[in-house]
Amino acid sequence: MAASASLATNPALLAAHGLVLTGVVMARRDGSPWGRTFRLYAALGAVIVATRVVLHILVGLKFGEHRLLPLPQADLPSWAAGIQLGGTVYLEGALGGALEGARLGMMILAIGAANALASPKRLLKVFPAALHEIGSALVVAVTVAPQLAESLQRVVRARQLRGEMTLRFKGFRSVAMPILQDTLDRSLALAAAMDGRGYGRNERESGRLTGALAALGLMGTAVGLYGLLDTTTPAALGMPVLVAGLAACVAGLWAGGRRVRRTIYRREPWGVAEWVTVGCGVAALVGSLVTLRREPLSLGMPLRPLAWPALPLPVLAGLLLAIVPAVATPVPPLSSSRATREVTA
Amino acid sequence: MSGWSDAAYGMGEAVLELDRVSVRYPEASAPTLREVDLSIEEGELVLVVGRTGSGKSTLLGTLNGHVPHFTGGLLTGRVRVLGRDTATHRPRDLADIVGVVGQDPVAGFVTDTVEEELAYGMEQLALPPTTMRKRVEETLDLLGIADLRAAPLRDLSGGQQQRVAIGSVLTTQPRILVLDEPTSALDPTGAEEVLATLTRLVHDLGVTIVIAEHRLERVIQYADRVVEVVDGRVRSGSPAEIMRDATVAPPVVELGRYAAWSPLPVSIRDARRAAAPLRARLGGLGAPLLTSASRGSSTVDTLQGVHSSLTSASRSSLTVPTPGIRATGLRVDHGRVRAVRGVDLAVPAGRVTALMGRNGAGKSSLLWALHGTGTRSAGRVAVTDGSDPATLKPVARRARVGLVPQTASDLIYLDSVGAECDQADAESAKPTGTCRALLDDLAPGIPADRHPRDLSEGQKLALVLAIQLTAGPDVVLLDEPTRGLDYPAKTRLAGIVRGLAGHGHTVLISTHDVEFVADAADEVVVMAEGEVVAHGPTPDVVAASAAFAPQVAKVLAPAPLLTVAQVRQALAEAGDVG
Repeated sequence: MAASASLATNPALLAAHGLVLTGVVMARRDGSPWGRTFRLYAALGAVIVATRVVLHILVGLKFGEHRLLPLPQADLPSWAAGIQLGGTVYLEGALGGALEGARLGMMILAIGAANALASPKRLLKVFPAALHEIGSALVVAVTVAPQLAESLQRVVRARQLRGEMTLRFKGFRSVAMPILQDTLDRSLALAAAMDGRGYGRNERESGRLTGALAALGLMGTAVGLYGLLDTTTPAALGMPVLVAGLAACVAGLWAGGRRVRRTIYRREPWGVAEWVTVGCGVAALVGSLVTLRREPLSLGMPLRPLAWPALPLPVLAGLLLAIVPAVATPVPPLSSSRATREVTA
Repeated sequence: MSGWSDAAYGMGEAVLELDRVSVRYPEASAPTLREVDLSIEEGELVLVVGRTGSGKSTLLGTLNGHVPHFTGGLLTGRVRVLGRDTATHRPRDLADIVGVVGQDPVAGFVTDTVEEELAYGMEQLALPPTTMRKRVEETLDLLGIADLRAAPLRDLSGGQQQRVAIGSVLTTQPRILVLDEPTSALDPTGAEEVLATLTRLVHDLGVTIVIAEHRLERVIQYADRVVEVVDGRVRSGSPAEIMRDATVAPPVVELGRYAAWSPLPVSIRDARRAAAPLRARLGGLGAPLLTSASRGSSTVDTLQGVHSSLTSASRSSLTVPTPGIRATGLRVDHGRVRAVRGVDLAVPAGRVTALMGRNGAGKSSLLWALHGTGTRSAGRVAVTDGSDPATLKPVARRARVGLVPQTASDLIYLDSVGAECDQADAESAKPTGTCRALLDDLAPGIPADRHPRDLSEGQKLALVLAIQLTAGPDVVLLDEPTRGLDYPAKTRLAGIVRGLAGHGHTVLISTHDVEFVADAADEVVVMAEGEVVAHGPTPDVVAASAAFAPQVAKVLAPAPLLTVAQVRQALAEAGDVG
């Protein structure tokens, strides 16, 4: 979906993307703190649109004929020719800016939807065991981060209890200090709990091999990339070295992973519902791609001259399919978190 | 080591051995634990008691290597867990033999649902999936939470969460279970659930349990042995032996000490048997049945009169006290959940009112709504001058209603006690020194340059209370103030709130602590499912309920006495009469 949204600046299509994503999230999110973050992403998307418009007004290249806002234009030296500081704002330019922003905003929304529906903790389950130190930091981060919002709410309420109304610098400090302490305490408690329950127990010792493989792999990857991008180096230094380097990296991870023995209670089931959601997500992307191939102009907003946007059928059909998971997948909590992996596809 | 030769003498195998263990944290002036020698045998339920800051948590932390691997500090001596030395074994290397459950179960949850949480420890120990499935089922049944298997952890009640936390360490089948204040956040019923589970583990599976707890009245009757920590030094013995002169003691022990019973009873059952003569003496005074001890009843017997004069001077008078804060049709909705359903409540001025009820009964929502900053969906709130706190500006509201939230330390953010006090004076536009004077009243002798984080729980609470009282509010609301307080600190707090009420303040305290209620409150409001189900004088309300009756009342029923102080005074006055 994110990929599909990235292709369009057509407002009708972007709005359709937004509706589909919101619909799926509303229908299938659960009560976890992750499920509640969707609103945050939506807000972030809105902020991006607003920023884009403001930037356009301030420094963007103004074009078009429908005058919106006459502003004085500052003269800039010739080396800054691409930048126009101030100046009259035209509808077409502003709309273009807003839609550029909306495209990015919609991608953010798609990622937000994935986040709201799939718990990141499940992804960490398949995290390579060799990197368990990083893994534990990640688990702590994804667990404690959403709780920040709760801490913030609590502390702001406490501030009100002390009769403070404004959040000046001092206010900021008075809010930040307890929250940081709270977060630190929670992180340490969680890390201690994970450790106390055996996270990252080393059963065998083969650290040296892992280290050697990883170092070799990283070096190989770097050299290989350089070889690929630099045309003067012999071809043998390019792709083969890159592949060998990546292989060494994987081998290193595998060797390290063997050191930490761990089993998985239940493999993530991958059933009809999962195929349906992935299929629908891909369908949306295919819809956009087909349109891009056939009539690329219809994905964009006609700005010169300004006209009503077209509604390309394949994209709409794809999006209609993408809303299917909202009704076709089982209701959470049973499978909520794996309902919509596709959103990132 | 061979346990068999010992077993012949009726001794179990020592599973935990502490050999001259001392712990010293950097920047600490004195070691937290000094020269601790302790040996805990298999299948024992050991209760660790002591005042706040005595080193209980540190002692528990040493048992799985959490101290010093996670906390830092210098540990000398040896801690052996089933022969494994914590100097060479990190907590993760002991995960298969020691399970640790902390005070706040949510802080330790790694996954999202009950089933995943139960399996997590086993996944780390690399047990085969078939074993895991079997053990998860067994544990779900053992703890009675089978119907919750797919439930998100955050949606569970406090008691359920604590049981899941216990279950999640049980699945690795540890031989030792270490619990740090497992019931401190739970209502009496939730605490009963957890403790019943623990005793079952000891008796059915022979698990060794080490448990630290402030509310001894909940645990001590189950303990085989009590370990008391005083200033980092440790002594251990049978409950009756240690309780004879321990620094902390539950009311039933206080009563036993007062009545000089020997052997000292630690359970209600034993105490009731020992109390027969005392009851006869009290009964001989013509004590009426508890249920008939209602407000304004015309009974003329001494005890009833004594009791009324004890709990509240105004109790015996028939005048209805003016409400300090009144709510009409108050409703609070959190999303689709209706936390408070149309509550009509008049909290009397000049009295201490306790707000009780299950976890999630709507107590906190009610307090915040009364204060005016919390959500309020419908209804009206009025303080004495008729104004509604919700419509006031924060500063004006503060001068009428003060609230001390559950996590009182949220209110503290400066780096010294003195700075906090000055800030409080400035906020309420009071002369400098007002807050400090209040603090010295509540908890004398806290140096002004002390960092608030270094204060004990009781001192922190006193500081926050002083900050809130600086504005001079008529109404004081306290949300769960007794968490983490030991008996002496709770007695102080009871004195403080009674003093506030004596000066005409309206005090409303939400709490799970029945003993504190018996000690401090004149009236009790009981909430269930967002509604007020009972409201009346403390003896009437708490004695009528099995869950809320304090220990002294249980021992001395039918005499209407709730605390040892009341018994003492009743007998003294009876002595005067007779």
